[in-house]
Amino acid sequence: MVDSQAMLDKVWFILPEIWLVIGAMVVSMMGLSGTRLVRDAVPVVVCCFLAVAMAGIAWVYGDADRLAGIDLLMPQLGPYVKMILCAIGIVLAMLSVGLIDRPLEDSLKSGRARFDPIRTSRGEFFAFFLLSLVGAMLVCNANDLIWLFLALELTSLPTYIMVAISRPSVKAQEAAVKYFFLGALAAAMFLYGFALLYGSTGTVVLTEMRDAFAEQAAGDGLNRLAIVGMILAVLGVSFKIVAVPMHFYAADVYEGAASPVTAFLAFVPKTAGIVAIILLLGTVGWSGHGAPGAGGLPQPILVTLWMISVLTMTLGNVGALLQRSAKRLLAYSSIAHSGYLLIGVIAGPGMGINAVLFYLLAYGVMNTAAFAVLSGLQRQGEEIESLDDLAGLRHRYPVMAVVMAVAALSLLGFPPLLGFWGKFSLLIAGIEAHRMPLVVIALVNSAISAWYYLRLVGLPILAMPTPASESITHRPVPWARVAAVIAALGLVALPLFVNELLP
Amino acid sequence: MTWLWPALLLLVPLAGAVAIMFAPARQAKWIALLATTITFVHSVIVAVAFEHWHDGGFDLEAVVPSLGMESMGIAVRFGADSVSLLLVLLTTLLVPLCVWGSFSAISRRVKEYYGWLLVIEAAMVGVFLARDVIFFYVCFEFTLIPMYFLIAIWGSSNRSRACIKFFLFTFTGSLIALAGLLYVAWQYAEINAVFEPGGGSHLSWTFDIATLTSFAAGTLSASEQRWVLVALMAGFAVKVPLFPLHTWLPLAHTEAPAAGSVLLAGVLLKLGTYGLYRFVLPMVPVAVVEYAPVIAVISIIGILYAALICWVQDDLKRLVAYSSVSHLGFCVLGLVALNPLGAQGAVLYMINHGLSTGALFFLIGMIYERYHSRDMAELGGLAARMPVWGFFMVFFTLASVGLPGLNGFVSEMLCLIGTFTASATAEVYPGRLGPWYAAAAGVGMIFAAMYLLMMVGKVVFGPLKEPVVREPAQGRALPPDLCWREIGVLIPLAVLCLYLGFQPKPVTDAAAGSIETMLSAYPQEVRRYVARESADG
Repeated sequence: MVDSQAMLDKVWFILPEIWLVIGAMVVSMMGLSGTRLVRDAVPVVVCCFLAVAMAGIAWVYGDADRLAGIDLLMPQLGPYVKMILCAIGIVLAMLSVGLIDRPLEDSLKSGRARFDPIRTSRGEFFAFFLLSLVGAMLVCNANDLIWLFLALELTSLPTYIMVAISRPSVKAQEAAVKYFFLGALAAAMFLYGFALLYGSTGTVVLTEMRDAFAEQAAGDGLNRLAIVGMILAVLGVSFKIVAVPMHFYAADVYEGAASPVTAFLAFVPKTAGIVAIILLLGTVGWSGHGAPGAGGLPQPILVTLWMISVLTMTLGNVGALLQRSAKRLLAYSSIAHSGYLLIGVIAGPGMGINAVLFYLLAYGVMNTAAFAVLSGLQRQGEEIESLDDLAGLRHRYPVMAVVMAVAALSLLGFPPLLGFWGKFSLLIAGIEAHRMPLVVIALVNSAISAWYYLRLVGLPILAMPTPASESITHRPVPWARVAAVIAALGLVALPLFVNELLP
Repeated sequence: MTWLWPALLLLVPLAGAVAIMFAPARQAKWIALLATTITFVHSVIVAVAFEHWHDGGFDLEAVVPSLGMESMGIAVRFGADSVSLLLVLLTTLLVPLCVWGSFSAISRRVKEYYGWLLVIEAAMVGVFLARDVIFFYVCFEFTLIPMYFLIAIWGSSNRSRACIKFFLFTFTGSLIALAGLLYVAWQYAEINAVFEPGGGSHLSWTFDIATLTSFAAGTLSASEQRWVLVALMAGFAVKVPLFPLHTWLPLAHTEAPAAGSVLLAGVLLKLGTYGLYRFVLPMVPVAVVEYAPVIAVISIIGILYAALICWVQDDLKRLVAYSSVSHLGFCVLGLVALNPLGAQGAVLYMINHGLSTGALFFLIGMIYERYHSRDMAELGGLAARMPVWGFFMVFFTLASVGLPGLNGFVSEMLCLIGTFTASATAEVYPGRLGPWYAAAAGVGMIFAAMYLLMMVGKVVFGPLKEPVVREPAQGRALPPDLCWREIGVLIPLAVLCLYLGFQPKPVTDAAAGSIETMLSAYPQEVRRYVARESADG
């Protein structure tokens, strides 16, 4: 019999999510309206819902008594992660304004066609946008494997559709199919891992699982099934964070999806995945279960994560060196950044997790800034993709060129931009956890990444425009460019508030 | 608000840069000149009010509240001793001259140009005033961005390769140095970890330079010090630059616009030697004693190798660039002599090299503006066409060569005497070098005289040879010889060269106190090392 008070507490802390689900329903209906003004108001309503949700998060988590009594593995993750998801969600929504249904709206405006609800997908797009965010937020409140699985799937399922409808191109369809099948494979993988975890502990509740593992560790060590289950689960979830070995889809999917959706993919599922990995690892703990005399995660899991981290950052950075497409380059850079994030995960609670959360914020802002530049520009209605398209951007769009340069330098971790403080906290966390080799490998990787991020700085600002890049214009809707400027200002100004922003 | 006084040295140039962003292009240079002049005057006032010229103490100490990362002990912490202040003065003197000297040379993207000059001034001053490792690192790294753009936008033909190479070399180097500094900070945090009553503990991080320096020198084991030394040298040796890591420099110097070369040679290279002075020597004395001969040999190789390369250069700028590699070798040699004479020589060398090589780059820039050539095969006997230019060229070349009576001589001699007397048997300050090192480096002085005087002989004297000007200068045409503005840029430098040649005492005295503090651990370390060596052997 579930305690009704505990149930109420659970619902209390997901009130913001419930509010956003209502928002998803509202916008999906608004998208079907015959009045153009109502349809155009969809992104505005999305932003309003997200802003109210932010206030709601502050309010529900302000209730200290309830927070103390809540049955969660890591209740402190909630407010921070949800806040950054909503805040960056607002900027991401600005990126997507005017992305969906543009041909349809154009023909409606010129009177060539009549409005037909069946042909529009703007409402759905933004509804899925909100639902995916809700999924990522719900991951923080998961206290059992079923909830965790459902929340992770709620994050991913809408993104498959968002990729498919993001632009009327066969590339997007192909990307969506690829993304869907590999996502399903990954889901099967971590579900199998979950099953093994259940089998080895007899419970799906994370807090109970933690106690069961503690008991096993005090006896004759962790159950082997549990270790295999944990490794499978982590490998499966590494699909969400684009980590090796589940990274192959990244370049193709990121390239195929429209830039605003790519920005979304690089941030929201990654956040959900990282939080899920932290929660899963929280059940075995970082206190050295089963490895006498040593702190840190149990040895097999530690080795797995260590390998994933090193391979992910190295492969991401080396892969990015070879790219000619800006979106593919940013895809590989997204892979590399997951490798950095895992350093904090390996380091564990305290500095490690704090650094991961802070880095998620930093990565969210700088990644959004870079993609916002790509989203704000076009060539005859088509996306700009190639790096050469950015050549001499300064001559036509000086502000966008500067934003791209700032974003690239921040991604490189160049001081004093936000990315530097994020990477710095991760390195400190790694050092505190005595993971010097990882830190050194991360530094070497930073040096490698300087080469390709420098191209993103140099091409827009220094190179001369080519005939191809001359034909670039801005998208008719200004909001992506506004978002780019906001994100770039954030990269420059947020370092002044590092003390306040560190969780 | 005590922090505002030193912080204004950074904030005024930055404010100038912001103002330029919003001002019309033709006023950019005047705003830049105003902001840099204010900063210069400000730094002079700071220097006059400075109380520790003779005792090596720190002044201007202040922390900017609520910036940085409090939980990690990172703060924007200012502070300056006499050596930092001397380098601040050098910086604030050179930047307004660079601005003034660029008035006619820059006609493209004017606003950005002066904006970057102001930003780089703020970053360089920040490096010298920082008393926090991370604040230091932020400023140290941030000098890269303005210089990258200065080379990449206003450089000559091969600029894109030059700026990328420059960026990648220095960025990688300073990342490794950061790793070394982080290691020191971590060791401090571990050893001073606070144990809470509940059984947990948390590390007590700090990035205060003074705390970490005394901690590292006193606590780190010999093998740890060795690793830290290697890491720090990786960062600072790239910047100096020392022999195998110098390859970015000739390229960057040659391609940079005149003012960029001046700042690169005048100040940015000193960030490397300043790093040696501020971090390497006081932090890891055991390792420095052990590796002093190695560093000295590398410096001497640099001195001789770069000097030989100078000999066969056709490009004026490249020649002076390689001569910088050679000259900075003396500076490093003076530092690893580990005695006050050598270190005073090194500090004086930092100032002198900034003045005379800075001036040489200005002079070459003036030629380039007129003829669009730096090729020594195309230029000759220019004294006939430009007597004033010829006078200054000879003057600064002689200063650079080390003619007695001019500044280069004093510092070079001090470095060499320091090296010469740095033998293990010396009474007060034993060292690990000695006469042989000084003799080998001394050959470099002869080479320097040969290549620099050959250059002067070809370019200034002899039959007049002028290249056909391919593209006429845009805007106002320059007179054949130097105009008053250009002379005005050179005169302060010339006066200082002459003054420091006759009267180097103010600088060496000022540095003495700081040097004494820095070297305090060394005599004992060297004796201990020598005793152990003789016991082993």
